[in-house]
Amino acid sequence: MTKEQIEQVKNNPKYQKLVSERSRFAWTLSIIMLVVYYAFIMTIAFKPELLGTKISSGVVTIGIPIGIAIIFIAFILAGIYVRRANGEFDQLTKEVREELGDMA
Amino acid sequence: MKKLLLLTLPLLLSVGAYAAGAIEGEIEKQPLNISAIIMFLIFVGGTLGITYWAAKRTKTAKDFYTAGGGITGFQNGMAIAGDYMSAASFLGISGLVYLAGYDGLIYSIGFLVGWPIILFLISERLRNLGKYTFADVAAYRLKQAPIRTLAAFGSIATVILYLIAQMVGAGKLIQLLFGLPYELAVVLVGTLMILYVTFGGMLATTWVQIIKAILLLSGATFMALAVLSHFGFSLDAMFTAAIEVHGKGEAIMAPGGLVSDPISAISLGVALMFGTAGLPHILMRFFTVADAKEARKSVFYATGFIGYFYILTFIIGFGAIIMVLNNPEYLDLAKQAISGGSPILGGKNMAAIHLSHAVGGNFFLGFISAVAFATILAVVSGLTLAGASAISHDLYANVFNKHGEVDEAKEMKVSKIATVVLGILSIFLGIAFEQQNIAFVVGLAFAIAASANFPVLFLSMFWSKLTTRGAVIGGSLGLGTAILLVILGPIVWVAILGNAEAIFPYKYPALFSVSVAFAGIWFFSITDKSDAAAKEIEAFEAQDIRSQTGIGAEGASSH
Repeated sequence: MTKEQIEQVKNNPKYQKLVSERSRFAWTLSIIMLVVYYAFIMTIAFKPELLGTKISSGVVTIGIPIGIAIIFIAFILAGIYVRRANGEFDQLTKEVREELGDMA
Repeated sequence: MKKLLLLTLPLLLSVGAYAAGAIEGEIEKQPLNISAIIMFLIFVGGTLGITYWAAKRTKTAKDFYTAGGGITGFQNGMAIAGDYMSAASFLGISGLVYLAGYDGLIYSIGFLVGWPIILFLISERLRNLGKYTFADVAAYRLKQAPIRTLAAFGSIATVILYLIAQMVGAGKLIQLLFGLPYELAVVLVGTLMILYVTFGGMLATTWVQIIKAILLLSGATFMALAVLSHFGFSLDAMFTAAIEVHGKGEAIMAPGGLVSDPISAISLGVALMFGTAGLPHILMRFFTVADAKEARKSVFYATGFIGYFYILTFIIGFGAIIMVLNNPEYLDLAKQAISGGSPILGGKNMAAIHLSHAVGGNFFLGFISAVAFATILAVVSGLTLAGASAISHDLYANVFNKHGEVDEAKEMKVSKIATVVLGILSIFLGIAFEQQNIAFVVGLAFAIAASANFPVLFLSMFWSKLTTRGAVIGGSLGLGTAILLVILGPIVWVAILGNAEAIFPYKYPALFSVSVAFAGIWFFSITDKSDAAAKEIEAFEAQDIRSQTGIGAEGASSH
């Protein structure tokens, strides 16, 4: 890739939109996942009895649905990302590549 | 004293025909388990058939390393799950739930949450930039020889440590389940893995992993359903029954002592998350799909399968508490005579295996035993292929052969030779480590992956100011710190070397060694004012455009 080509890509408005939106989206989801996971880990480290609280009259503790929920959150966040990336972002990428013509 | 114990132990153990201790000392050989052996032979026959089919389709280096890049996202997701769900996580996590209840779930969650992060930040960039190994990406705009040497060193170290753990586990498990001698079991695993990888390359390895994932998921599903139906699908009834029989009572429903202090908790989290993103055999799987779209789908499906599997192991662990604990059929009488309590045959990691017998009789026990064996085979094949690729593609083709183009056929030949050598080496290591305490091995593999492989790979894609000097010095510092802290930590310094107190107090060094790696890479990059460094920084923009759009990326070949 020559210097001119690099400038051409960088100045392409669709390329700029793709890069900024996708990285904001990816980092937001990453931070959500990290916050959820480390909130869980910190609870275990500092206040484990909180997760041992019983739900209503049964024997099931709140820690069990919370743990299972984190597994589901991981899967759902992955699904949300793939849906938008494979749709909107890939469409944008395709348009960028078309506009750039020969280079791509 | 220990020798005496080892000598008298088999005598004591022979009292009970089934008696065995899976972790230390002599394991009593089991009577031949015919249904397990038949099912295992069917698996081996089928996978060798696939290897024959794959061998005919594996002609180029691209076929060998990446199955031609034509694996679909769904297939690759299944294969990633097959690569990641080792026998250690199946037997180990269900065993941990059996022993401590809720704590098992904490481990499962740690092993899972790295996957979405890999998806959001790494998978598509990796696919757009790389060809065969993750070193292709790390060395994209940096000096080939030093970066590839570092990456190959990190890969081979991770692979060999992981192989030792798998081989020793395989030998003991097979001895216990099939009644075959330890050495024979290790040689068998090594030989089959060499056959799959040398002849069938990535295509055969992928299908072995897919088949294994299907078998493991269906076996585990059946067990979990059997447990749940036993209680009329009432979780409340299941947990109540478990609390009644377990020695710890209601404590099994809440976090116990597994993660006690915040530093260990964060460090374990760092090791599991960044370690997963630095495992060479996992990273290599992203080059087997056609494009970034399929790479993303792979991780999505893999996250689903792995998460589902961990929910199953949780139910299986609780099922084992109810149906295996206190069941005289699975009680290790010899061990009970020595230490009291109610130990089960083969130790806690056999909880899932005994449960399979409790819910499905001898036939299902045979099936699950065969699945456990298949699981080990699939994992070691993926590891060996990743190790061989680091030797042939990184070291041979790009470090030793700097002058002129490398003949592709020759590179493949080197890769196959490397596979055979790694296979033989792992057989020897498996036999050599039979009586050793290998508890530190997988932890060390994850620590090296997190501290050497991951920081270099991650910063090469995200930080324009990274230079060769920074990557090599920082990556090596991370590698060295990880190894040093594991040696000085409680697992090696106290448990193996017999010192009274650990010099480094934490079991998981990742928080410290990863920080050292990032700090080292940062410092030695920003102080690098050479002309070469300026060129490397300048080359970031072109690399970034390719990683964002896939312009110029390696395409797929159809089969």
